[in-house]
Amino acid sequence: MMPNQLLEMKNITKVYPNGVVANQNVQFSLAEGEIHAIVGENGAGKSTLMKMMFGMEEPSEGEIILRGKQVLLASPQDAIDHGIGMVHQHFMLVPSFTVAENMVLGMEPKKGVSINYNEAVRMTEEMSKKYNLLVNPKAKVEDLSVGMKQKVEILKALLRGAEILILDEPTAVLTPQETEELFRELTQLKQQGHTIVFISHKLKEVKAICDRITIMRAGKSEGVFWTKDVTEQEISKLMVGRDVVLRYDKEKKPYGAPILSVTDFSLADETGKALLDKVAFKVRGGEIVGIAGVEGNGQTQLVEALTGSLAVRGGNVAIKGTDIQGYDIRKIRSLGVSYIPEDRMRQGAAKDASISDNLISTQYNTKAMNNGPFLKSKKIAKLATTLIEEFRVRCSGPNQPIGMLSGGNMQKVVVARECSTAPDLLIAEQPTRGVDIGAAQFIHQKLIELRDGGSGVLLISADLNEILELSDSLLVMYEGQIVAYLEEPWAVSEEELGLYMLGINRQDEQQIRRAVEA
Amino acid sequence: MKVKYFEVIRTTAVILIALVLAFIIISIVSEQPLESIRIFLWEPLNTKGHIGNVIEMAIPLMFTGLAVSLLFKANLFNLGAEGLFYFSGVVAATLAIHLSLNSFVHPIVAILAGSLVGAVLSAIPGILKAKWNVNELVSSLMFNNILFGIGLYILNYKLRDAQAFAAVSFKFEKTAVLTKLIPGTRIHTGLIIVLVLIVAAHYFLYKTKWGYELRMTGANREFAGYSGMKTAKVIIIVHLIAGFIAGMGGSVEVLGMYNRFQWSSLPGYGLDGALVAMLAKNNPFSVIGAALFLAYIRIGADQMARFSDVPAEMISIVQAIIILLISAEQFLKFWKNRMLLKEAQRNV
Repeated sequence: MMPNQLLEMKNITKVYPNGVVANQNVQFSLAEGEIHAIVGENGAGKSTLMKMMFGMEEPSEGEIILRGKQVLLASPQDAIDHGIGMVHQHFMLVPSFTVAENMVLGMEPKKGVSINYNEAVRMTEEMSKKYNLLVNPKAKVEDLSVGMKQKVEILKALLRGAEILILDEPTAVLTPQETEELFRELTQLKQQGHTIVFISHKLKEVKAICDRITIMRAGKSEGVFWTKDVTEQEISKLMVGRDVVLRYDKEKKPYGAPILSVTDFSLADETGKALLDKVAFKVRGGEIVGIAGVEGNGQTQLVEALTGSLAVRGGNVAIKGTDIQGYDIRKIRSLGVSYIPEDRMRQGAAKDASISDNLISTQYNTKAMNNGPFLKSKKIAKLATTLIEEFRVRCSGPNQPIGMLSGGNMQKVVVARECSTAPDLLIAEQPTRGVDIGAAQFIHQKLIELRDGGSGVLLISADLNEILELSDSLLVMYEGQIVAYLEEPWAVSEEELGLYMLGINRQDEQQIRRAVEA
Repeated sequence: MKVKYFEVIRTTAVILIALVLAFIIISIVSEQPLESIRIFLWEPLNTKGHIGNVIEMAIPLMFTGLAVSLLFKANLFNLGAEGLFYFSGVVAATLAIHLSLNSFVHPIVAILAGSLVGAVLSAIPGILKAKWNVNELVSSLMFNNILFGIGLYILNYKLRDAQAFAAVSFKFEKTAVLTKLIPGTRIHTGLIIVLVLIVAAHYFLYKTKWGYELRMTGANREFAGYSGMKTAKVIIIVHLIAGFIAGMGGSVEVLGMYNRFQWSSLPGYGLDGALVAMLAKNNPFSVIGAALFLAYIRIGADQMARFSDVPAEMISIVQAIIILLISAEQFLKFWKNRMLLKEAQRNV
C-alpha cells in the first residue's frame, strides 16, 4: 500500500567545493500525508539532503521530482514557491520583532506604503487557530521560550503555503513536555494533509510518530522502511553500521601514575543551571578512559574546561600535578596535552592551508621545527611525508590543501598532528565522527598505540561501539553528573549502558567514587 | 584538468574578459578603433620613456599591493593603505623640507619616519579588531578620511608655499630626493627598496614562524587559536607590518617622483593596492606582475587618451570588471565543481 508519491530525489550526489562528498547517489521519496523520518549519525548527510530539498544547496548530480515534474530549486524562495517549508535547528527569527511581525516578514500586508500591523496580527491569529498552534501575536520573539519560537517557525512556514514541512532536529532543543506537545501538533498537521520530514537521531521519537524512515549512513541512503516493521535495534544497526565488529587486542598492563585528575568540578550557566556537578575522575598513564553519554550532558563543557576555553572555577583540574586554573590552551598543550577536537572543519584544520601546514600547527614553535624565527623547511617536509605515510593519508602530497581530502583522510591528518607530539595526555572528542570505517579503525589503532606507549587518553564519544571497545574504564555522564563508573566496559551490554545514559539507572556514590580512588 | 590550477586559469580568464570588453568599448566609441587598440597595447612599451612610466607607476602599486596582500592573507579586509600612504607622504615631505642632512642619511630618515608613522597609525584598527572585533573594513575606511583631513590641514597650514601658484608645499631639500636609477626615465631607487621588501615578505610569509602564524590565522582563526597561537597578537603584528610598508610606499613615492608635496586629494594607490593584491592572489612575488600589469594598462589608457579619441577613464571600466569578476566567488565555480566531482569519483 504505497500512497501517492509527492516528492522524489533521485541519484543525488553532492560534492562541496572543498571536495567533501556529502551525499553519494542518494535516493529519497516522500509520500503525500506522511511523517517521514531521516535518521543517521552526525555527518551522515541528512542536513545536506534537506538543504537541497529546500533549495539552499544545489545537487552536483541527480534530480528532484515534485508531483511528477522535475523541478530546479535554486534558492529557498523557489522551494517556498513549490510549497516546501523548513524549520531550522537554529531559529531564523528576528528577536526584537513581535511574533506577528516575524510571521509576515518579507510578505507584509500593506496599507498604502506602511505595514498593516493589525492585518498581520489577524493573519497570525487565524493561522494559529487553524492549526491549533497557540501563540501570542503581539509578544516579542526574544521573550518566548524555545518551544514557542519553534511554533512561530512552523506557523511561518505554513503561512507561506508550505505543504511539505522539513523539521531539522526539532526536539534537540525541547524539554520532554514540549516534545510531546510538538508531536501532538505534528500529528494534527498530518491529519490536515501536510507532509512532514523529520530529521532526528533519537530513535524513540522516530518510532513514536513517523510512518516511514529513511536511514542514512556516510552520505548514502541505507534504505526506506515502514516504522512499524523495524525495531530500534535494527535501525541503530543500519545507522551506525554495527555489523562491522570492532575487536582490538589490548595488552594488559598495570596503569602508570595519574596524568589528569579532576576533583569536584562544578560549573553552572548564566541562569544558574548546573552544567557540571561535582565531576571527579582520573586518567592514568596507559589507560583509555571513555566518557559516554547522550550529547549535551556536560561533555562539551568538560572538554572546554580541560582545554582552556572555559575557566575552571568550582573544583580543581590538574595535569601531571599542575593546577591548570587560568591556563590558556598553549600552556595546557605545553604540559604535554594533545586535543582532537569534535569539529575538524571549525577547529581541527585550516581547509585552505596545505596538509604540511596543518600538520605542524602545534609544534612549529618548538626547537625541533625552527631555528629562532626561521622554520626548518626540510625537517617539516620530512615530518609531513613521514606522517602522511605512517597514517596512510590518501593525498597527492604534503602541499595539497587539506580541504580537498575526504573526511576520513582529513581526520587522519588531525590525529597524526595530535599524536606526533608524543603527548602524555590525549583528549579525543568524537575522533571518528563522520569518518569511514577503515579510517576509524586506523584511528582506533593509533589511540591504542598511544595508550600502550604509556600515555593517558580521554575519549569522549557518542559512538557506543567505539567507546565500549576502546576504553579501559568508562564513565557515563547524565545531566552534568557522572552516573556510572564501569571498569570492564567491553563486558557491559549496550542495554545496560543505555539505562545509565538515559538517566534511568545510576550507581551509588561508593561505586562512582572508584573513578577517583582506583 | 587539475583543481589546483583553477585559480591561475580563473585570473587569466578574468583579465582576458576585461580586455576583450575594453576592445569592444573602444570599437564603439572610437572613430579608428584598430589604431586606438594599437596605441593602448603597444605605446606603453614603445619607447624607453614609456617603459619608464610603466615602472614608475608600478613602484607605489607594488608597495601598497604588498601591504594589502599581507592583510588579506591574514583574512583582514583592511583598506587603510590609502590613508597611510597619503599621511606618511606628508610626514616624509615635512622632514624633507625641514631637516638638513647629507644626501645619504636624509632620505633614509624621512622614509623611516614615514614608515614608522604608518605602522603606528595602522595598529589602531588592528588593536580594535584584535581586542573588540571591530570590523577592520569600516574602521580603516574611516581612518582614511581622518588621515586625509589631517594631512591636508598640515599641507595647507604648515607646509604650503605661498609663492607657488597651486596648493603645494615648499620645495624639498635636494639632499632628500631619491636618486634616479636609469637616465631618461624617472625610475628611482624606490624600485630597489620595494623589490627587497617583496623578497623579504616572501621569506617572512613562507619561511618564518611568524609568517606561518599569520597564514594560519588568516586561513582559520579558530584553528590557529586551538593550536595555541595568540591570534590577537598576530592580527596586531600584521597591521604594524602592513602599515609600515604602506607608509614606506607613500614616503618613497613623494621623495622619488616629486620635489614638492602636491597631493590635494587621496592619490588612490591604497585602493589600487587592493586590486593588485586580488590579482596577485595575495602572493608577494605575484604582486610584481600584478602591479606591472595594472601600470601597463593605465599608461596605455593615458597614451590612448593623448593620441586617439578614447578617454582614459575607459580603463576604470576594465578595472571595475576585473575587481567584479575576481571577487565574484561564483564565477567559473560550476567548472571547478565539475572538476571536483570528477576527482572525487576517481578517488572513490
